Parts: sequence; structure tokens; C-alpha cells
Amino acid sequence: MSSLCRNSLILMTAFALLAGCDREARDVRGKPFGETVPGPSPDTIFPGGAPRGALDPRLAAYGRNAYAISQGQQLFIRMNCVGCHAHGGGGMGPALMDAQWRYGGRIDQIAATIAEGRPNGMPSWRGKLTNQQIWQLAAFVRSLSGQEPKDAVSARADELSNTPPETQTRREPVMPADSAQQ
Amino acid sequence: MRRLWVGVIAVLVLVVIVAAVLWSKNNRSPDQSSGPAQASAFKAVPSSSASPPDDGNWTMPAKDYAATRFSGLNQITPANAAKLQVSFTFSTGTTEGFEAPPLVVNNTMYVVAPWPNNVFALDLTKPGAPTKWVYKPNPAAAAKGVACCGPVNRGAFYWNGRIFLNLLDGNTVAVDAASGKEVWRTKLADIQKGETITMAPLVAEGKVLVGNSGGEMGVRGWLAALDAGSGKLAWKAYSTGPDKDVLIGAGYRAPYPQDQGRDLGVTSWPPGYWKIGGGAVWGWVSYDPALKTIYYGTSNPGPWNQQQRPGDNKWTAGVFARDIGTGQARWFYQSTPHDLYDHDDINEILLVDYPIGNGQRIPAIIRPSRNGFFYVQDRRTGRVLSAKPYGYGNVYKGVDLKTGRLIPVGGMEPVPGRAVRNICPASPGAKDWNPSAFSPVTGLVYIPHLNLCQDMGVSNANYIPGTPFVGADVKMYAGPGGNRGVFTAWDPVTQRKVFEIKEDLPLWSPALATGGGVVFYGTMDGWFKAIDARTGKLVWQFKTGSGIIGQPISYRGPDGRQYIAVPSGVGGWAGAIVSADLDARDPTGALGFNNAVKDLPKRVSPGGMVYVFALPK
Repeated sequence: MSSLCRNSLILMTAFALLAGCDREARDVRGKPFGETVPGPSPDTIFPGGAPRGALDPRLAAYGRNAYAISQGQQLFIRMNCVGCHAHGGGGMGPALMDAQWRYGGRIDQIAATIAEGRPNGMPSWRGKLTNQQIWQLAAFVRSLSGQEPKDAVSARADELSNTPPETQTRREPVMPADSAQQ
Repeated sequence: MRRLWVGVIAVLVLVVIVAAVLWSKNNRSPDQSSGPAQASAFKAVPSSSASPPDDGNWTMPAKDYAATRFSGLNQITPANAAKLQVSFTFSTGTTEGFEAPPLVVNNTMYVVAPWPNNVFALDLTKPGAPTKWVYKPNPAAAAKGVACCGPVNRGAFYWNGRIFLNLLDGNTVAVDAASGKEVWRTKLADIQKGETITMAPLVAEGKVLVGNSGGEMGVRGWLAALDAGSGKLAWKAYSTGPDKDVLIGAGYRAPYPQDQGRDLGVTSWPPGYWKIGGGAVWGWVSYDPALKTIYYGTSNPGPWNQQQRPGDNKWTAGVFARDIGTGQARWFYQSTPHDLYDHDDINEILLVDYPIGNGQRIPAIIRPSRNGFFYVQDRRTGRVLSAKPYGYGNVYKGVDLKTGRLIPVGGMEPVPGRAVRNICPASPGAKDWNPSAFSPVTGLVYIPHLNLCQDMGVSNANYIPGTPFVGADVKMYAGPGGNRGVFTAWDPVTQRKVFEIKEDLPLWSPALATGGGVVFYGTMDGWFKAIDARTGKLVWQFKTGSGIIGQPISYRGPDGRQYIAVPSGVGGWAGAIVSADLDARDPTGALGFNNAVKDLPKRVSPGGMVYVFALPK
């Protein structure tokens, strides 16, 4: 077998293998979701222990989704989230890269926090961002503590490379109530 | 015989007089006999009208209008300070950065807490200093979200039977000092625009002077004067915009040409940017009762990304002198034109009579600025007499005394896509808000300050009202030598340091100088230290429960003894990593301060206590 032939075969095999990698299912041409930001339901305790509602399956399009997370990453800087929360370490606002979730770490809980704000200084972004943008931001916020798969987060950042790449972020433990959704 | 007696008595009297003169010469304090450089004729002295003799009280954060933070009480000396012991303690119930000094007036101590800004009056005449009253102003919780550097408060002010203080959510209140009842409340700042108030007010001539915070939030800076009786607005002077808003009129005489001209607060900005350009007034105000003039500095321009605001960005990062009655500007000097690194100019301004040779003295302001230079200025004109570096820096060559302009080192401007490394001093400057103290005994200024450098990268910031308007990523670290804090004793006349103490952690606590020749300050890991004012030798230290970033004070108790009080509660910009539980893994956290104090969470925990010390009875 000539070396050219052998190389071509290797290349073709590699392409075939790559094609088999299903990184994420993204419906690029589909109809827009009729997505809505849920009302504020940050709590994880329910009298009598009633099970909390399951996550809307459509929201899977935001978590584990490279496009949504990178859009959220951009918004995080452009909408000045970074001014308060830094690149996850916090400042005026709480840290987002640690294991502590004041108002819940599920994507719908984070989206509710962004949409409605919180009384200790988190502004309400309802009407300032589209619902889609809020979900994208929520997905990115989760990635700051390593909750999103490494193949979906961006290895590059737009800012001064002071912070380690997101792909190096250790996954923080999450509360049991949230972990069911992982 | 009678004549002989008269002669003997005369001789005796003469001998006594000569002996007294000789004795008094021999007993001069060591600083006066230690050499010509420190002889009293060559010492700066606090301006007497702004610094009356000590009455044992502590009625304002700066101790007096001249901002000396000097207590004349002299029972505690380097010789006996080692015997200091805790007299009583008091908890505010807060865990945020505790910067405000307690006030002591007529045997009552007034303690002002960080948000929620509760005020406690303690009866010093009774054992354990029980609470007389508590005032709870209930400021909005949301204000905490727009306070750049922790929901701190820098102190209250006692004047004419009332306590004046500012609430984080933008209100100024007057409280009856006897009953704790609120007398009036005036809303000045709007948290929806990112404004908060953290500074201590200054009250003089029946006016309460208050400025806004929010240089990182795209606010437009101002200083307001309220009527102390009614709380009604008397005047408001903006730091940016047209002359009529800045209160620049016919009486304005700037010392240098770059500060002369019409509407420079508009024309030194890109169109419209002055409306969101910062210049907040969150620091210290001094007052000269003889000249009826106030002196204060303005904050950094916004955003930190300098490329978005070409121009000198007036009237940010400079010092205003204003008539207290009308607010009209007398002069302005811009310490850091077109600030590149968040070098606010809000630090304390001390009023002294400054020797200029030939036995002459001029009224001067002396001030360690955030850009790293110790300025001596004629306070009648603003003209700079000297500006020598008191800390390490590599981004400014110096101050041109002819033009008054700061000379930047070229090529150190961060622009989008090009980060700049090793900027010294870092954003909090060679020294941040925590004020120095001046001792007329030694003639020295005691400066608690920083030795930090940083990397900085910028990007275009979007202005969204009520959110940070910064556009910069910063990562701070220790400067040369590895120590993050420095305590410097500076001679303002010879313009050199006399001694310095290297501190491992950044120094965020103000200093206190006392008549006994002892100087006090605290460290962020909780040590409260007493040093010999002449040598810097540590004579006593005590480990408080949390970190010290608050102002120590000294007062005379009802028993006639000298007491020292200090707040302990780490926080503020430097201590946010502890008080706000930030994540040390992100070096850019707390606007880059995280990286410089990564070890702090292991060394100290939050708190909110006042410790009071005295010598044993």
C-alpha cells in the first residue's frame, strides 16, 4: 500500500470517527421554542415533601449546548454581570464558581434569579434580556462551577487570560435536590 | 540689714529662674533636641483654627477639621503601652467591613455599623458601657448590590447635640444624640443609578457635607451641602458637566492653565460621557474655618477602560477647594488627569501651617495621594510645593512642579487586546481611603498604605444604569519585596520617610497618633498594634477577633483615664474575599483584589466588634 493511500485511509477513518461524535443535538433550523422563564421558585423545601416539578425537557437545548453556553459567556460580559460576579469569583455579587447556591443551582432556578432579581442587590433583567438570552446566561452560570459537560464549554475566554480555561473548571458538588437533574 | 535681705532674696529668685530655664531646656521632648531637621521651627503644625486643643472627646472621624487624627491625651506612652488591657468590648451584630470609628462625646460612645447602619449609644459612665439607645434606620437591602467595595460606612459626625450619618441606600440622617430619635432624613443618592453613600459626613457652619459613591457604576459625582437644622439642600456641586453644575464661577482661580477654561467638565470628555463619568465624592472632607473653605477629592473617572474616554476627564481624580457657604469652587487641582488605573483622589487632606524657611509659614494641605505621591500644596491657591513618592510606583515619572501635571510613563496604557503587566501602584493605589494621622509632637505623618502591583486588561464597557461600568480585568499581587502593606512615617517638611514598617497583608486600617508618643493601627488579620511614634518600634499588640480595617480613636473616660478604641471587622474592598465569601480561585474577583489576598480566608473570619483598651487602674 502506498503511503498516500495509507494516509488517506487514516484520514477517512478519522473523519468517520469524528462524524460519529455526537457532541450535542442542536436543532438549528427548528421553530423557536415557546420558552418562558419560570416564575421565581428557588426553594428546595416543600411542606410535606411534595416532589418538585421536573425540568422542562426543552431546556435541555440550553444546558450541554456549546452554542448556548458561549452566547451566555458573551452576555455575561456585555451585560456587566462580570462587574459584580467577576469571572465566577464574585465581588459586589456572590461567587458563582463555588458550591453555594443561595437561590438554587438548577438552570430554571438560575434563570428565575436573572429574570426576577433578588432582594440583596441582584437586579431584575426581565424585559432587558430576551427569555432565550436569560436561559443562555443561566447555562453559562452553571458552567462556572463545572456543572456543564467539558465538551460543551468554551476553552477560550474573551477577557485577559487571568482565569483558568473553563474546561479546567472542577465540578463543584451540588445540593441533592438539584442533582436529580444532572 | 533689711537691704541685705532684699539682696539675698533677689539672688535666690535669680537662681531659681536660671535653674528653671536650664531645667526646661534639658527636659524638652527628644524630638526637639534630636537635631535641627526636626526642630520645631522646621515642623509642620496643625492649623490652629482647624485643630483646637484636645478636650478628651472624639466628635468626628478625623478628630478635627484639619484631619489630624491626633489625640492630645498622653497617659499612654511607649514605656507603659505594654500594659494596655481590654476595658470592654461591644458587638454590632454585623459581619461586613467595619470601617467607621466610634465617636465619644460627653461620656457616651456612638458606634456606627456597616449596613444596616445601626447606631448604638453606649453609656461610658457605667461598668461595661451598657447601651443607652439603638437607632435602626433600615436602609434598603438592595443597596448592597451596588456598593462596589462592601456595604461599608466610614463614620458619623457629632455636631450640636446631633449625630449625622449617611445610609448606604443614599439617605442622610440626623439623629438626636440624647434620645436616638431621628430628626430628619434626606434622600440624596439613587441606587437605581448605582449611587450609594459610604462616606462620613462633615458638619461645619451649620452645613452637612455629603458626597456619593459609585465611581465603578457610571454615576456622576457630586458633593451636597444640607442645612444641619432642617436637612434641606443648600447647594450641590457636581464633579463633571458644565460650569454652572460644578459651581465654577467668578471666584474660581485654578493654579495651572490646564484647569482654566469654560466648561472643561464637558469638553474634556467625549460627547455626553461626563454624564456617566464618575468623579464620585466618597472620601474625606477637611475644613479651614479661617478661610471658610472645604477641601475634598474626587474619584476615578468611569469606566476604568481609558480608551472609552479620551481627554483629561475633568473634574475627576483631583482636589476641589470650595466656599462652604455657597459651594462655589475656589480652585481645582487634578492629581491624575485621564486616570488609567482607578487612581481616585479621595484620600484625606490634612491642614497644616507649613514652614517655608526664614521662619515663615503658609497655610498648606498635605496629602498622600492614591497615585503614590505625597503632595504639599498652598491651600489658598492649590499650587503644588512638592510631590514626592512615598510608596513604590513605576507608572508615573513624577509631578512637574512648573505645570503641575503628573507625568505618566509612556506605553503603560491598557487598550483592548493589549493587557499591561506589572502596573505599580495597583488600582487601590499606593494608599486607599484609610487615612493617615499627623502628630504635632513629632511633626510626622503616619501613613498606613499598600505595596501592590497588578496586571490589567480592558474591554469596552456598556453603560447600563445601576450596574458596574468598569470594562477592566485586574489581577493584583504584592509589589517589590513581597510585603503587601507598608506603614510609613513621613516627614512632610524634609519630604522623606523617617521609618517604615513592612506588613505582610495590605494595610486597610487608618492610623491614630497620640500625645503620649504612641501611634496605633491594625492589620487585616486582626492585630491591633501600638508603635513608638519616633522609632516605629512595636511596643504592644493585641489580637482582635476579626481583621482591622477601621479607625482607632482615643478619648478620656469619665474616670479621667485615656482609652483607645478600635473596630474589628474585616471587609471592604480588600477584605471582601472574607466578608462576602468570595472564591479565591478567581484572581479577578473583587475587581482584582482577590488575587492579592488569597490567603486571607484561612487567616481571619468576619466580625463586627469594638474593642476598648486602657492601662490598668
